[in-house]
Amino acid sequence: MNEMTPPKEERSAALKGLGCSRKRVEDARFTQGKGNYVDDIKMPGMLFGDFVRSPYAHARVKSINADKAKALPGVIAVLTAADLAPLNLHWMPTLAGDKQMVLADGKVLFQGQEVAFVVATDRYVAADAVELVEVEYEELPVIVDPFKALAKDATVLREDLEGNMEGAHGPRRHHNHIFTWEQGDKEATEKVLGSAEVVAEEMVFYHRTHPCPIETCGCVASMDKVNGKLTVWGTFQAPHAVRTVASLISGIAEHNIRIISPDIGGGFGNKVGVYPGYICAIVASIVTGVPVKWVEDRMENLMATAFARDYWMKGKIAATKDGRITGLWCHTTADHGAFDACADPSKFPAGFMNICTGSYDIPTAYLAVDGVYTNKAPGGVAYRCSFRVTEAAYFIERMIEVLAIELGMDAAELRAKNFIRKEQFPYQSALGWEYDSGDYHTAWDKALKAVGYEDLRKEQAQRIADFKAGKTRKLLGIGLTHFTEIVGAGPVKNCDILGLGMFDSCEIRIHPTGSAIARLGTISQGQGHATTFAQILASEIGIPADDITLEEGDTDTAPYGLGTYGSRSTPVAGAATAMAGRKIRAKAQMIAAYLLEVHDGDVEWEVDRFVVKGAPERFKTMKEIAFAAYNQAIPGIEPGLEAVSYYDPPNMTYPFGAYICVMEIDVDTGEHEIRQFYALDDCGTRINPMIIEGQVHGGATEGYAIAMGQEIAYDEIGNVKTGTLMDFFLPTAWETPHYITDHTVTPSPHHPIGAKGVGESPNVGSVPAFSNAVHDAFRAFGLRQAHMPHDHWRIWKIANDLGLHG
Amino acid sequence: MIPNSFQYHRPDSVDAAVALLTQYGDEARPLAGGHSLIPMMKLRMADVQHLVDLQAIGSLKGIAVAGGTVTIGAMTTQHELINDAALAKAVPLIREASLQIADPQVRYAGTLGGNVANGDPGNDMPGLMQCLDAVYTLSGPDGAREVAARDFYEAAYFTAREDNELLVSVRFDAPKGGYAYEKQKRKIGDYATAAAAVLIEKSGGKCTSASIAMTNLADTPVWCAAASEALVGSSLDDAAIGAAVAAMKSAIDPQEDNRGPVEFKTHVAGVVLARAISRAASRA
Repeated sequence: MNEMTPPKEERSAALKGLGCSRKRVEDARFTQGKGNYVDDIKMPGMLFGDFVRSPYAHARVKSINADKAKALPGVIAVLTAADLAPLNLHWMPTLAGDKQMVLADGKVLFQGQEVAFVVATDRYVAADAVELVEVEYEELPVIVDPFKALAKDATVLREDLEGNMEGAHGPRRHHNHIFTWEQGDKEATEKVLGSAEVVAEEMVFYHRTHPCPIETCGCVASMDKVNGKLTVWGTFQAPHAVRTVASLISGIAEHNIRIISPDIGGGFGNKVGVYPGYICAIVASIVTGVPVKWVEDRMENLMATAFARDYWMKGKIAATKDGRITGLWCHTTADHGAFDACADPSKFPAGFMNICTGSYDIPTAYLAVDGVYTNKAPGGVAYRCSFRVTEAAYFIERMIEVLAIELGMDAAELRAKNFIRKEQFPYQSALGWEYDSGDYHTAWDKALKAVGYEDLRKEQAQRIADFKAGKTRKLLGIGLTHFTEIVGAGPVKNCDILGLGMFDSCEIRIHPTGSAIARLGTISQGQGHATTFAQILASEIGIPADDITLEEGDTDTAPYGLGTYGSRSTPVAGAATAMAGRKIRAKAQMIAAYLLEVHDGDVEWEVDRFVVKGAPERFKTMKEIAFAAYNQAIPGIEPGLEAVSYYDPPNMTYPFGAYICVMEIDVDTGEHEIRQFYALDDCGTRINPMIIEGQVHGGATEGYAIAMGQEIAYDEIGNVKTGTLMDFFLPTAWETPHYITDHTVTPSPHHPIGAKGVGESPNVGSVPAFSNAVHDAFRAFGLRQAHMPHDHWRIWKIANDLGLHG
Repeated sequence: MIPNSFQYHRPDSVDAAVALLTQYGDEARPLAGGHSLIPMMKLRMADVQHLVDLQAIGSLKGIAVAGGTVTIGAMTTQHELINDAALAKAVPLIREASLQIADPQVRYAGTLGGNVANGDPGNDMPGLMQCLDAVYTLSGPDGAREVAARDFYEAAYFTAREDNELLVSVRFDAPKGGYAYEKQKRKIGDYATAAAAVLIEKSGGKCTSASIAMTNLADTPVWCAAASEALVGSSLDDAAIGAAVAAMKSAIDPQEDNRGPVEFKTHVAGVVLARAISRAASRA
């Protein structure tokens, strides 16, 4: 090392690589209002589309008369199913192997369903024209209850499927039934339940809610009739998948379709699916030859594009008298709405619901899920969680609490008694997963100590005594959760969507002066990929993160990938990034060895350079190597320094965490106050601690909303009761709790850098923590189970039903 | 979320505004802060052909506290109500209530006049004005007239204001004694699940006068004479508060909505009123 060379540690810090709380490079433009979202796209001659939507949840469409609308100046066209039918685009395939009406084909099946698409010269004219389209409906009986949907004489919802009893996921046993999905050993589980010392049984309902990103869904479709190329800018969480599906549906060759996801204002699963608006905008652009924009408003977003959850989970959990869990049984009735438009890997129609044994060593388990049609909007997406993992975590964390009540045991102790032990990893679960790594007891003990669990329980006991003595009207709840996520879908051998394998990719080009550009198959919706993936690369190839440009979202330039959802970006594309970086380094090593006139094996990597072993003063920096790669003829080595990696992960990753919520509850008003919220996350190797903390804050806030008030509610005739942000709860800064974040680090053994993914853990973990706190507050008064959301009146009702209002 | 097309007018005097309202009749609506009317128009629940924006009428703004009487111009914003030192001193109840309306952004635009004149049962100011026994001055083509806040509200969105009249100012006497505005809501920006405005005067340990008004528990604000009377003469003990709560409960008519069923709202109305009485009594 010569005098000019800074020490290793200093050079390493300058890279801003793994572990650095590097500020988000995206924020400069977002905080200055300089982002470029779909609705910012303006093109010459661009037209605007708007939907006529059904006011009814179930009705026959007798006639559609668009004459008055077409007569309005500025209206170019009004599309109906009849117009799309000749193109065979009046229905479209869903990601779940079902099909969905693009525009009402003879009937409507949910309130807000797309009936006609008005195309006009501006969005104001389009909105006026929507009112002028005359649709004659004949109302039909409405089913909003999935259990009633399965009654023998229930109205047939999907007439298009009548007589077709073989669905995309096996046989259908009823005309409103979609699939049955079974995992585990039914017989063995029933045997365990039959002979168990203790069995706790409960119905756990996870209500329907909605991801509700700040930016709603939308697109601009532009068909260039001269070169035959279709370009679609859209709010797509999976641009390549959209391109392939669009090609398969439309017959346009895939090379003639370009999908661009510009800046996206939050996705949370809402932007994974394919929506009628995209199809209609594309068709309208093909018909008119000019670009067509469609952007839904907030009410349309809440009413029509993908919802989340709506799982009725009936559970039975068996244990010995001293609290050793011996078996778990779960039957879920899944309300999918009018079309099965879940965005799950094809072989998993209930997502990864079979992670519902959670963090516990449960030897025997059985899960069955029945998907059901109702007169509600389609969807069932993973709202800031891996596929159905929040449902699974909520289920098991409620069942643990119910079992604790049954056993008369402390719920923290019950958990600790049943955790999968550190030495059991890799752990094979009874429902078919191989957990990669974990150290649950360490995390749990750290969490209990951090909140002062013993003292909290003493305080709670005193509070209960005071309450009973009439000294206070407030109760104290301690909500415990230990969750295990399953993310990073995933191994192509078992994860695909519509046949598209769920690998991901990264392509890197090193520029001659030693800076770089990397392109990925994923797309950030606020996760900060441009910041964190540059950090992964910085550590791998010794180029400062600040000198690496990250690009995603343009299918003409980015390598093929399956997009961003289910916390898969870091586990899959992050791994691809590291692997591509290692290819760069391998070539760099040969170049360095040549330049240093030694054998390849005689140089070793050190932060940002290759150094001759035993001669630290002889080295070549990555910058020097990059220049040589392009400008020096090196025998046997092609010029240039580029690499691409397509990464098919060998397994999922299994982040976990321990969350504890301390909540004060006003028995008389149903109001609550979060006194403390502690979130310990173990996401393996931590790439950017600041971004992790931000992700935990955001996810926990969504979890808080879901648990404490957020829902998509329908009345008995299928009207959406929560179609605006007045009634659909989004917390403001005022309501948002203060969070204390913490961590342990248990790297994934199979991920190149040991990272597991974190974006969705806080939603998975916080929902049961908040809900368990509410339940725990009333445990001493006999509460076993009360369904979310725990808004004021529902908490008041718990107290009222328990006779606490005198 | 796009309204029907409409004509936008921006008069610079009360007379000009009244002339426009007279000319267009029920096709016209005055626009104050716009936080209730504009969303209704965007939802196409209100079809307004002529929007008469009052922002340019300087005479509609201002707060005057003189000789125990408070006069507030209709276009005075909630932000201004909160930050007026003289008003805060004379009628701290206004500040306490205004701070519970929506959020700072809304309060920069939302006005007292818009809040009281729109007739939305969710608005906080109508109940507050009934509690204060305020008088509204309305200007019409034939001059001005006055209507008591307690007589102004007929049903949801229906008031004593004629289509060609403009509510120009609100006047009331600065109250003596203790005060409280107690409001339960689901989140910042929400209307009340239940809210209570209470004024109490005490002398020698006894309540000598009381005024109670409830918000969002019927299709109009509910000023409860019987509830007020239940307190007068009492020492504001639990029995008196219980009697006031019982009287209030028989005066309100809450409806079920996403905030909860009738039984819950009635219960919460009792809780917020009891708390408001206790707080007002402690300040009296």
